[in-house]
Amino acid sequence: MIPLEWYLIIAALLFCMGMYGILARRNAVAILMSIELVLNAVNINLVAFWRYGTTELVNGQMFAIIVFAVAAAEAAVGLGLIISIYRNRQTVIAEDINLLKW
Amino acid sequence: MEITPLTISFAIFAIFALGGGLGVVVSRNLLHAALYLILALFGIAGLFITLEAPFLAVVQILVYVGAISILITITIMVTRRVMGVTESVNRQWPIAALGALLLFGILGFTIVSLFGGQTVAQDVPPDMIERLGQAFASPYGYLLPFEVASILLLAAMIGAIVVARE
Repeated sequence: MIPLEWYLIIAALLFCMGMYGILARRNAVAILMSIELVLNAVNINLVAFWRYGTTELVNGQMFAIIVFAVAAAEAAVGLGLIISIYRNRQTVIAEDINLLKW
Repeated sequence: MEITPLTISFAIFAIFALGGGLGVVVSRNLLHAALYLILALFGIAGLFITLEAPFLAVVQILVYVGAISILITITIMVTRRVMGVTESVNRQWPIAALGALLLFGILGFTIVSLFGGQTVAQDVPPDMIERLGQAFASPYGYLLPFEVASILLLAAMIGAIVVARE
């Protein structure tokens, strides 16, 4: 049987990759993709703790499903915003989107 | 650690997930990054199967691979004119990489010291999906979060249409 910490290490690696992508990538779509990686890392953690804890309860899986719903909403609104910005300013580079910057 | 079919499939799916994740953050071509994202999401669905959560694996493939990655791909194609940007990372990438490595060090240390060697305690009940459905429909379970998620999705749908409209 696979020890719990392997899943947690994989989730931590994915989380850190996603965090690096969010902080370092220039393209807004790439930043959104990195956010998806982070959310998926959290989901792996939730399901792993469910499996290695009390499997009689459904809490862990339920939490993961709610994360799915939130991720779908986030992707739809985020990509809508990116398309809107692209239409108005012809760019999706995060540094060039400085409309609200002082 | 003995080699069983479970550990082999775990290793394959883990390589998919981690390799895909690395590809997402380092590949210069955005379309390649989107394809790597699909690979990573498939790997994570496989990890759910090794965790004996088949419902979540199917939902992962339906929602992420089926819907979200298509949405991302279409957005990349719509915003294609800036796709061939020369620099894919900004000036602060060394600090970001250092911060990510540092965070991974802290997380890894905590994980190994807290959960080292823990293995499965119980079997998954065979009627798990039935239980999930009942918990969703029961007022003593998760009916309220379910309704809130429905409202959130509706609001996101309307919001996305309004924001992206001409």
